[in-house]
Amino acid sequence: MMLTGAQIFVRVLIEQGVDTMFGYPGGSVLNLYDELYKAQDQITHIMTAHEQGAAHAADGYARATGRTGVVLATSGPGATNLVTGIATAYMDSVPMVAFTGNVGTNLIGKDSFQEVYITGITMPITKHNFVVRHVEELADTMREAFRIAQTGRKGPVLVDIPKDVTSARAEYTPAPAFRPAPPSTEYDPIAVRQAAEIINRAKRPIIYFGGGTHTNGGRTYLQELIHKADIPATHTLMAAGVLSYGDPMNLGILGMHGNFTSNKAVDEADVVVAIGTRFSDRVALNTKSFAHNATIVQIDIDPAEVSKNVPVGHSVVGDAAVILSAMLPYIQPARHEEWWAQIHEWQANDFHPQDHDDRMMPHQIIGTCCELAGPDAVYVTDVGQHQMWAAQYIKHVKERGFLTSGGLGTMGFGYGAALGAQAALGRETPVVMMTGDGSFHMNMNEACTAVSYNLPVVTVIFNNQVLGMVRQWQTAFYGKRYSSTDPHRQTNYVKVAEGFGLKGYHCENLEQFKAAFAEALASHKPAWIECVINKDEKVLPMIPAGGTIEDMMMS
Amino acid sequence: MNRHVISLLVDNHAGVLTRVSSLFGRRGYNIDSLTVSATNNPAISRITIVVHVDDETELQQIILQSANLQETQQVFALDISHSLLRELLLIKVQADVTNRTELKEICSIYKAKIIDLSPDSMVFELTGEPEKIDAFLKMLAGYKILEMCRTGITALERGGAHGHVQQQ
Repeated sequence: MMLTGAQIFVRVLIEQGVDTMFGYPGGSVLNLYDELYKAQDQITHIMTAHEQGAAHAADGYARATGRTGVVLATSGPGATNLVTGIATAYMDSVPMVAFTGNVGTNLIGKDSFQEVYITGITMPITKHNFVVRHVEELADTMREAFRIAQTGRKGPVLVDIPKDVTSARAEYTPAPAFRPAPPSTEYDPIAVRQAAEIINRAKRPIIYFGGGTHTNGGRTYLQELIHKADIPATHTLMAAGVLSYGDPMNLGILGMHGNFTSNKAVDEADVVVAIGTRFSDRVALNTKSFAHNATIVQIDIDPAEVSKNVPVGHSVVGDAAVILSAMLPYIQPARHEEWWAQIHEWQANDFHPQDHDDRMMPHQIIGTCCELAGPDAVYVTDVGQHQMWAAQYIKHVKERGFLTSGGLGTMGFGYGAALGAQAALGRETPVVMMTGDGSFHMNMNEACTAVSYNLPVVTVIFNNQVLGMVRQWQTAFYGKRYSSTDPHRQTNYVKVAEGFGLKGYHCENLEQFKAAFAEALASHKPAWIECVINKDEKVLPMIPAGGTIEDMMMS
Repeated sequence: MNRHVISLLVDNHAGVLTRVSSLFGRRGYNIDSLTVSATNNPAISRITIVVHVDDETELQQIILQSANLQETQQVFALDISHSLLRELLLIKVQADVTNRTELKEICSIYKAKIIDLSPDSMVFELTGEPEKIDAFLKMLAGYKILEMCRTGITALERGGAHGHVQQQ
């Protein structure tokens, strides 16, 4: 049937299974919004305060569900406001399709009003991007975008649609939704066997897993491997929740703010099995000394990740779950008692945060959240000290239950992402956004979105009055010269919250926080809870950038 | 630092070259020369890139990252000892009656063609391996060179069909 580009746009979204999307209207997408208006019963469109919030929301939606997040923005500033959100998704391999309007094809290249070359701008931060120059290509280009976003190593794709393409007519033929094929079962069986042999010979093995294990069955096969071969496991920021907090095989987080035991174990291991992870400079702080006693076995879906940052002795390319399930039959049951005895000794002497009577400690606030929000809760963070505390102290039990900007480290990510997660999971799932006063000031405007759509995100603000993480570095490495980290802001969070139409709480001790958090959860309405903490609180332990386990700071 | 020649077979779309060069720029790979050309398949272009890299790992990274581009169909490094590497040179030299003969002599030894002649200049065309072009330029170093350009290397492997080159 003959349809306009705008009608085709909406048809293809529905066809591809999109029921929720995020965006912000504008001149060049008026035709698209007109059709979305008519399709309100099939697609919920959430309009944010700012396009950046919409991009983070689509990202949060995708992280929480594994489905492709969708965002729509107008040309020019609408498109450029997506950039940080797209880059955030790209760095963490999040499947997302961003649609931007553009000026009509006759105005492209003439510096027209609200014209920007967004495909050029986003080239290095998307898996791929397209300009749709003819309405006949629109449907297939959109389908291709959904395919690319979900295939292999996932990531964002941008589709730029000039305004005249949305009004032109073309024949539309329905097509089935793109369903990701079962992760490719094509892998090198010899490489898999060799990997198993290396693991079988290990005396002091450790598994180091990352975000690539958030895959269907990743958790199950990882657990099987760990228990069968008796291998301790440590993880990156992106993999929090893949193994449960209480699992004794799970040593916790690795890297700059990882615990001593994890870092020491990688340092002393004779075999390191890296699964779905990319040896980032926040984990392999010093690429020369990282796992220097070990043979490294790397399992990753992206062949270009093999030996990219740290040279590895052996690699297997493929989806983590597929490779692990293929490898398990070759793994011999083992016990590594001496190795475990050593690890337990390290654990006994590891860093443990202390409670204080005179002030609220971050780990206590986080502990209280976990206690009250329960195992179904999803936690979203911004970036900085609170993010590291959240990674360290949340009792992670849930896959896709910890959403954080790892690779790009985007302050201001949290609120949009939390709204996207809440929209995806429904109002019954507790979504807790942890933020710092620094990050929160970047995008707190999304409070209006939480209110408009009644998305009951509970925001916990760790207010230390300063930019804590930068200040911590200034304390340690810059002679306490606190350049631009102590802004003396006078923000009254309770009043600002009320101004936006939501409830705000101010807490100075744990009792107040418990009461406020419980009330906020029970209200099923969005709320802000400000927690006053000491500005000298540090994230510990810490290995300075480029350092080794020898450089670890415990106080 | 070793010289390598990488062949990329890519979709013949607008903007493909930008994606490839953007990738190289972003990852910090330095390009010695780059040529884009048509192939026997109108849907496919061949990009021939010459790079200098420190080690095999870096070369592998370049190949694998290039392969990750959606519009890359195939990418492989050429084995230089079993490949035909050619480059085209155009060079304009100041020349008059006093030195025209000796220039013509150099030109005939290198089998360069004289493609333009004026009272005060000559333009030579030379096709050959990059080393041959370097040698020819060395011979012309003593003359006043007015303008010159080299196309950069384009290359094919010797012999019949190669396993890594899938028929398009």
